[in-house]
Amino acid sequence: MEFFAQQFINGLTLGSIYGLIALGYTMVFGIIGMVNFAHGDVFMLSSFIALIFFLILTTWLGLTSVALVFLIVLIVAMILTALWGWAIERVAYRPLRGSFRLAPLISAIGVSIFLSNFVQVVQGARNKPVPPLVRDVIVLYQNEQYTVTLSYKQAIIMTTTALLLAGFWYLVQRTSFGRAQRACEQDRRMAALLGINVDRTISLTFVLGAALAAVAGTLYLLYYGVVSFSDGFVPGVKAFTAAVLGGIGSLPGAVLGGLIIGLIETFWSAYFSIEYKDVAAFLILIVVLIFKPSGILGRPEVEKV
Amino acid sequence: MAQGSTTQGSTTHGSTIGAVAPTVARRSGAAFSEMLKDSALFALVTLGLSIPVVAYRTDLGQGTGLELTGRWGVVAGLCLAVFVLRLGQRLLLGEVARRREVHRLATVDAAPVVARAGRVLGPLTLFVALTLPLLAALASGGLSEGRYWIDLGILILTYVMLGWGLNIVVGLAGLLDLGYVAFYAVGAYSYALLSTVFGLSFWICLPLAGLFAAAFGVLLGFPVLRLRGDYLAIVTLAFGEIIRLVLINWVDFSGGAAGLSSIPRASFFGIPFTAGEGGFAQTFGLTFSPMHRIVFLYYLILALALITNLVTLRMRRLPLGRAWEALREDEIACRSLGIDTTMTKLTAFALGAMFAGFAGSFFAVRQGFVSPESFNFLESAIILAIVVLGGMGSQIGVAIAAIVMVGAPELLRNLTFLKAVFGEGFDPNEYRLLLFGLAMVCMMVWRPRGLISERTPSVRLGGRPA
Amino acid sequence: MTLATGITRLATVQDEPPAAIPGGPADPILVVDHLTMRFGGLTAVGDLSFKVGRGDITALIGPNGAGKTTVFNCITGFYKPTEGMIRLAQEGGETYLLERLPGHDVNRLARVARTFQNIRLFPQMTVLENLLVAMHKPLMRASGFSLAGILGLPGYRRAQAEAIEKAAAWIARIGLTHRADEPAGDLPYGDQRRLEIARAMCTDPVLLCLDEPAAGLNPRESADLNTLLRMIRDEYGTSVLLIEHDMSVVMQISDRIVVLDYGIKIADGTPDEIRNDTRVIAAYLGVDDEEVAAVEAEVGLAGAPA
Repeated sequence: MEFFAQQFINGLTLGSIYGLIALGYTMVFGIIGMVNFAHGDVFMLSSFIALIFFLILTTWLGLTSVALVFLIVLIVAMILTALWGWAIERVAYRPLRGSFRLAPLISAIGVSIFLSNFVQVVQGARNKPVPPLVRDVIVLYQNEQYTVTLSYKQAIIMTTTALLLAGFWYLVQRTSFGRAQRACEQDRRMAALLGINVDRTISLTFVLGAALAAVAGTLYLLYYGVVSFSDGFVPGVKAFTAAVLGGIGSLPGAVLGGLIIGLIETFWSAYFSIEYKDVAAFLILIVVLIFKPSGILGRPEVEKV
Repeated sequence: MAQGSTTQGSTTHGSTIGAVAPTVARRSGAAFSEMLKDSALFALVTLGLSIPVVAYRTDLGQGTGLELTGRWGVVAGLCLAVFVLRLGQRLLLGEVARRREVHRLATVDAAPVVARAGRVLGPLTLFVALTLPLLAALASGGLSEGRYWIDLGILILTYVMLGWGLNIVVGLAGLLDLGYVAFYAVGAYSYALLSTVFGLSFWICLPLAGLFAAAFGVLLGFPVLRLRGDYLAIVTLAFGEIIRLVLINWVDFSGGAAGLSSIPRASFFGIPFTAGEGGFAQTFGLTFSPMHRIVFLYYLILALALITNLVTLRMRRLPLGRAWEALREDEIACRSLGIDTTMTKLTAFALGAMFAGFAGSFFAVRQGFVSPESFNFLESAIILAIVVLGGMGSQIGVAIAAIVMVGAPELLRNLTFLKAVFGEGFDPNEYRLLLFGLAMVCMMVWRPRGLISERTPSVRLGGRPA
Repeated sequence: MTLATGITRLATVQDEPPAAIPGGPADPILVVDHLTMRFGGLTAVGDLSFKVGRGDITALIGPNGAGKTTVFNCITGFYKPTEGMIRLAQEGGETYLLERLPGHDVNRLARVARTFQNIRLFPQMTVLENLLVAMHKPLMRASGFSLAGILGLPGYRRAQAEAIEKAAAWIARIGLTHRADEPAGDLPYGDQRRLEIARAMCTDPVLLCLDEPAAGLNPRESADLNTLLRMIRDEYGTSVLLIEHDMSVVMQISDRIVVLDYGIKIADGTPDEIRNDTRVIAAYLGVDDEEVAAVEAEVGLAGAPA
């Protein structure tokens, strides 16, 4: 039971990160119907941005306040990653509207390959470790054999995720951008006729998705303390799995899917085999797509003839 | 014709050119300063993107932590390069738009030129491919000295074959398969296991490997081929990764991450390439040379690649091949014409997988060693890039893309002056994938139907099958 | 037929057991039997029954959103109806329940062909290739499911030559011989419409379903279409079911007309009966007086030429 509780906490932490990435997939899919294959690599890139700013702040500027460092790194990473998201959409996806069906996906694969190798070229192929920012843990429960703990890192990750999701939810549900975004999802042409700047709305969607990925990237770095250029692929696929599982196009679905995938992965590693933990995620992806492509909270698609 | 065959291309272009045309028509100083401003904006964005990933490099230092090295010179260079490129592009686009305005009626048609080039290029490439060992020997002054070229030829031809195989799936049937390398792996491991465990010869294993790969294709394809295009792509990717992870972790079966080694070498239809009694050299009265095997392998992969090509060209003119192309164009219309879309997709998938299986078993026999790391997603992506850059459906395009993509970085590596320019540690191979990715994006943006985009009809009314 | 009889007939249809739908043509090729199609909470087609006579041209008309295309999609296997049966009786006596066939078998076995409201050609393939794809079934068999074809056996060559001949005849019939080797996507709109019909005919259908074949055609092209459809009925004996808004086409060539509104049949009869059905006129473009007058003029009720 104690073991289970500990794994549950670990799973939720991992799931928060997947959920944040999954939101980027689901928003982009919702608005332009494309699988943004490069999103995982944007996440990886944001982790590097966070890493470098963390180093600048701590080693060069000598900042010691953990909260301040974390906050600055988070904000800077969000801004700079958002710029990447904007630029990618502008250069690689926008010119393809109205091109043939698979063009955006192929272009996205190109961006994905480019990004991971770009980071490899400019930052080198080796793993990049950072000293742990916070080590403390809160002991939730203790007996002779087991200790169930919630580390400060996990607490920060869950709190940050929850706060940002609340802000994000407000943005999508209550602001004019949110309305424009939802309108574009329903019917892009009609939205344009009603005076919504569709291009800008799509751009903003990418910017928002990238910013959320940057949050995930910063938290990932905080949690694992190490990042490498190839770290975008597997979390990317898992987050996509989360988006599909939750029902692609559905925002609460993405978060729910992320948490489920995080939990499944953690429990799978804890109780079955750690070697096959990635296989579990891939299998879920295949099974969901074959048997329930609309996911848990998604709407079923009616084929247009 | 040009407009017709690249409808998508011209619509995506239309907006850019349309936006630029009026400013260029006036060609005033204001227009030019607008261009400057635009290019400066591009450079500014590049600056933003370069901070901090380009500007600071992280390296493991003496202690435990990472050290930062500033590289603002590189950033400045990048920004300048983007500025110049963007300005050049705007000027060029403007010029093209102005010309088009002038010659609006007398449209300059580029397509026939490209097509003619393709017609000449095909036989020429074939000729070079057929005589490569001879050419290499003549150029380097001996068969052994030309080994580098023949090895390079084998490498390129392997990718040509994989590209042609994937072209059946992606180019003809329009199914995006991101896990193609899984079938390559199935073929390689089939040969490795069949030959080491059961002692079967290469010539028995080759067809078996193809069949196994095709069977895997059917097994995977059956449940997933109903899915819409991008879902299918992701599922095939997941499948490819699962195969790789199983190969890594199922140590008893596949040798795990260490792979399988000492796989038997290929023989000349039963006659081994050995120095002693009954070997190839002795049987044919030649002096023994290890190059015999290499040359044999070269012609083996050439033959396999050409068979792939031949079958593809044949299939295009058969009802099944035509159904594949129709499927790529409009699946719903296909169903309304009584075509079983799932079965039709399945045949394309299985045939593509079969050729990957052949190629895989060739890979195993050539290397004498297989390990899961040869079959990662990147490999799939490279093959896909070759197909995309070759123009999805164009056979000669795929061959040229493979030569350029695989051969060029190899050649560049040996150019010493590049090291003088970019520093000692410069390795063009590092930039290979970076350029692959960029090229894929550029192709989708500018020529989504590929460099050689003209589609040859499979049959003509004025005359018999083309 | 008056409003009152229309209503009683509807009532009787609903009370009858499914096997016997009274009225309509004596020898139906297609019987749509209590067809209902719901999407979530929306009932697109509600308990619809009608018959298509063998060798007839039957028109399915109704205002936008009346559920006509949904009916088509059910008949041609793209949607699985929520309730009801769709029975197709071929001349040889074989009967197929279309709603139970997998999508492609509706064409392959039951031999029902269709066209689409937004034309669905294979745009990169040539005109000739488009027609050859439609002859997939016989050519597949002749090519030994590609095995004989790969080897280039003579049996396949002969079959292909025959197929090309048949395609060429259709290409000539729709007047596209000079453009036979051009991509279908390059053709003007009217040619694409005719090509789509020719492609459907190349599957040798017993029933041809056309979804707004005259949409976007100019009057001359519409007239050509009428000729083509009559020829299909008279020379090939193919029954035709069509959705159409262009009343000049509907009234001139239809043998029977079925009128839908809000997914429910409001009338069924010969063009003359429909022309005089006030309920149809009222429903068709709303009850606005001026519009009724306009429709009356269009269908020739007020003596105006159709």
